[in-house]
Amino acid sequence: MSERIVELSAADLAAKLASGEVSSVDAVTAHLEQIEATDGTPLDAQDRSRGTDGLNAFLHRNREEALDVARGVDEARAKGEQLPELAGVPVAVKDLIVTKGQPTTAASRMLEGWMSPYDGTVTRKLRAARMPILGKTNLDEFAMGSSTEHSAFGPTRNPWDLRKIPGGSGGGSAAAVSAFQAPLALGTDTGGSIRQPAAVTGTVGVKPTYGSVSRYGVIAMASSLDQVGPCSRTVLDAALLHEVVGGHDPADSTSLTDPVGSYARAAREGSAEGGLKGLRVGVVQQLSGEGFQAGVQQRFEESLELLRAAGAEIVDVQTPNFEYALGAYYLIMSSEVSSNLAKYDGVRFGLRVTPEGTPTIEKVMSASRAAGFGDEVKRRIILGTYALSAGYYDAYYGSAQQVRTLVQRDFAAAFEKADVLISPTAPTTAFDIGGVDESADPMQMYLNDIATIPTNLAGIPAISLPGGLAPEDGLPVGIQFMAPAREDARVYRAGAGLERLLTEQWGGPLWRERADVTATVRDFAATAAQGGK
Amino acid sequence: MSQDVLSFEEALERFDPVLGFEVHVELNTKTKMFDAAPNTFGDEPNTNVTPVSLGLPGVLPVVNGKAVESAIKLGLALNCSIAQKCHFARKNYFYPDTPKNFQTSQFDEPIAFDGHLDLELEDGTEFRVEIERAHMEEDAGKLTHMGGDAGRIQNAQYSLVDYNRAGVPLIEIVTKPIVGAGERAPELARAYVAAIREIVKNLGISDARMERGNVRCDANVSLMPKGATQFGTRSETKNVNSLRAVERTVRYEIQRHAAVLAAGVKVTQETRFWHEDTRSTTAGRPKSDADDYRYFPEPDLVPVVTTADWIEELRASLPEPPAERRKRLKADWGYTDEEFRDVVNAGVLDEIEQTIAAGASAAVARKWWMGEIARLAKQREVEIADLPVTPAHVVELNGLIDGGKINDKLAKKVLGFVVEGEGTPAEIVESRGLAVVSDDGALTAAVDDAMAQMPDVVEKIKGGKVQAVGALIGPVMKATRGQADAGRVRQIILGKLGVQG
Repeated sequence: MSERIVELSAADLAAKLASGEVSSVDAVTAHLEQIEATDGTPLDAQDRSRGTDGLNAFLHRNREEALDVARGVDEARAKGEQLPELAGVPVAVKDLIVTKGQPTTAASRMLEGWMSPYDGTVTRKLRAARMPILGKTNLDEFAMGSSTEHSAFGPTRNPWDLRKIPGGSGGGSAAAVSAFQAPLALGTDTGGSIRQPAAVTGTVGVKPTYGSVSRYGVIAMASSLDQVGPCSRTVLDAALLHEVVGGHDPADSTSLTDPVGSYARAAREGSAEGGLKGLRVGVVQQLSGEGFQAGVQQRFEESLELLRAAGAEIVDVQTPNFEYALGAYYLIMSSEVSSNLAKYDGVRFGLRVTPEGTPTIEKVMSASRAAGFGDEVKRRIILGTYALSAGYYDAYYGSAQQVRTLVQRDFAAAFEKADVLISPTAPTTAFDIGGVDESADPMQMYLNDIATIPTNLAGIPAISLPGGLAPEDGLPVGIQFMAPAREDARVYRAGAGLERLLTEQWGGPLWRERADVTATVRDFAATAAQGGK
Repeated sequence: MSQDVLSFEEALERFDPVLGFEVHVELNTKTKMFDAAPNTFGDEPNTNVTPVSLGLPGVLPVVNGKAVESAIKLGLALNCSIAQKCHFARKNYFYPDTPKNFQTSQFDEPIAFDGHLDLELEDGTEFRVEIERAHMEEDAGKLTHMGGDAGRIQNAQYSLVDYNRAGVPLIEIVTKPIVGAGERAPELARAYVAAIREIVKNLGISDARMERGNVRCDANVSLMPKGATQFGTRSETKNVNSLRAVERTVRYEIQRHAAVLAAGVKVTQETRFWHEDTRSTTAGRPKSDADDYRYFPEPDLVPVVTTADWIEELRASLPEPPAERRKRLKADWGYTDEEFRDVVNAGVLDEIEQTIAAGASAAVARKWWMGEIARLAKQREVEIADLPVTPAHVVELNGLIDGGKINDKLAKKVLGFVVEGEGTPAEIVESRGLAVVSDDGALTAAVDDAMAQMPDVVEKIKGGKVQAVGALIGPVMKATRGQADAGRVRQIILGKLGVQG
């Protein structure tokens, strides 16, 4: 085969499906086979927490239903029915989004085996768009983490190097898209959980404007920060998926009433000849330089040069209050976490642990939560409970909200000078699985999100796209564009423009630089098997 | 050992009571406060639920606009200011009747604040209660403790939870401290809750049935030495669910606090529970102002925004306040204080107003509703309003009397049949043949019989004692089973004897 189905972009696959060159059943089958070939087998059949000897991007594979949907699409197309643009294009869904008929776990023992009786709004929209759902992807438990190591069902591995983390919390969706297991995936982004995994896996991820995509049916981590968004290998693909899942939802009070934007058109315009001419790009001085890996910085600066050469106007912007953003984020996020996760108590659903002796409801709740939650989740619940406590509220939650306002003002001032802002997405490339000792210093992990968190605090849209490989380790670097709230089209325009400049320079997509994933996984599994003996 | 309670009189000689009330009103909206589950009472447990009411992973709340409207109406009826913009907050605590383990409630930004309510007391005076706030929140589910003592949690083997009530819209009305009630404190407590119940019923925003928990009162009581201004430590008696219990609770707590203070002991700040069987309260859990619910603004909801136009539109739609309506009706009807109070206590204001509107005089309306109809209700042990007698029936009945078709005695019989569901008064008179007998032939025969049996009476009448005619009318009425027209019988007798009436 000259061009494998799984390597096609969603847009190209959709075109081949429309022309009849490829069937949806073929497409779904090819992706299921790729998952089979790369996701690995459990390292310990008794203990799911150890994960697999492969990528371990999927927690649940939805084989039969995906094929059923694909067959339905193929039959409808054969009858000449009008179908949505992405009908028949398979998609993976982060296991934080509820799906009727498939388990939803949030990668927590707390929800192991729980089946949602209802679909989330974005799930409903995927079904209405007739996109086969391949399965549910791995994440840090309840989306808390930057490495997917905090999954109760073992870490996801980075397709570029299986010893490395795929970022987090949406490491499963990013790895799946990166490794051709799916052309598209949904993620959620509270502090960078779509963009940082995109950066370290060489893929595209978008955090839309807060309220642009419904959160109904998305297991809440931090309600005022969470946002659903697309993961893909091209900017155009992300735009297409955003158009499918976006739009007002009366079931989400924080959902914007704006109509869905023309994101795909913006991406196409941005990648057209001269698409970046006159675009004012603000370089956020606080989000590069010190603390950023040399190779990341180098690729970032090369991107700035390309943009300048393409006619963009590069300006410096200052955002002095970003210094406090990480601290404010951890207070607001953990406060909301402590309340949002209170419902997991073993009473109505999920794990219930009944202790020995006379079990009072308090003891059952306590034992269930002790057994069901992992360390990072507990750490944040404790932090948030403390921050909201009487006598501390003003000093912690109250001042964090004030910082949030200051960060919003910094952005507003910056957008006076620039149409979009730019920064590296993450300070480093992917680090080793197990390489950060969080029990000693959780801050080290939290610093991964230094460049992504301000946008969540401000509710504005941002994209991460591949910016090349860092010379020192050969691992992907991510470039981030940010735009004012409701101007999501701008990040697609700028992102697609830079994507074109970079791929022209590379002579093709970045993933062509990578060794064949299937072979890498095979070798890794063999090594693991030997190591195990 | 000190005694448990002082006499009410002694308590008031030594202390001034300070009251405070938190009344929860369950709204009668079609759906719950934050989701589309039906808000109905008495259905099978856990059937009126959605993923939102159960707090399943991923769900989000949406504010019920109708409930906000109800809250504004109530705020206006309580003479409150209405917030232009207000937030919901989360009150965090673990309890299995609360699906999310937090209650979505208003905290520092109530929708209505700074109002007042003027109460009418039995001695005819008015007492103003200042309203601190009225805020929106959601109800919890209902726990039923099994295997323990009388449904109590103590010694229960297990508990059942019904989430039908979880998320039902509530408005909590909080008073400012009420001072100066003195010995009228128990009466005032009752009058306050009764007034709230009446207002929400009149606004149509709640079914207002206390026995179903539609209106629930938490009563705060504290005492301070006579003449003092510094409030004492309060107790909060939860969920007092009848007017009589509210009155008794306040009375009991005043007596109990007085005994504690008289013994030189400090009152414990705590929640208490009222027991109808022992007519006393017992301690619940200690409560302090430092209870930490970790309130913070509900991030899943946007603020509720009210516009001046909306508020004025709602204000214009408010029905006449019950107290003002009573003043107006009393003046219109010309009843004495006592008559009017009896009418109010019997709960037949609406019935009498409608009866008058349909053409009867105020006196006639009162005569029937407070007379025979009230007697029938009492006999059947139901509320007057629950009888199938309508104002139209009363007007029709009165028309039959005025037209000479029936007399009062027959009319009472007819009402009995109306209550039995036999139809309207006219239909019953027709079907049962109850009209008065004015057929001279039938009456003359009965008169002749009576005169033959009582020659002495006949002689008296002939001798000029015309009032003795009554003695003859009695047997005639009996012979015609009460259907004789008494006036006509009298005429016939006097005619026969040639005596001028």
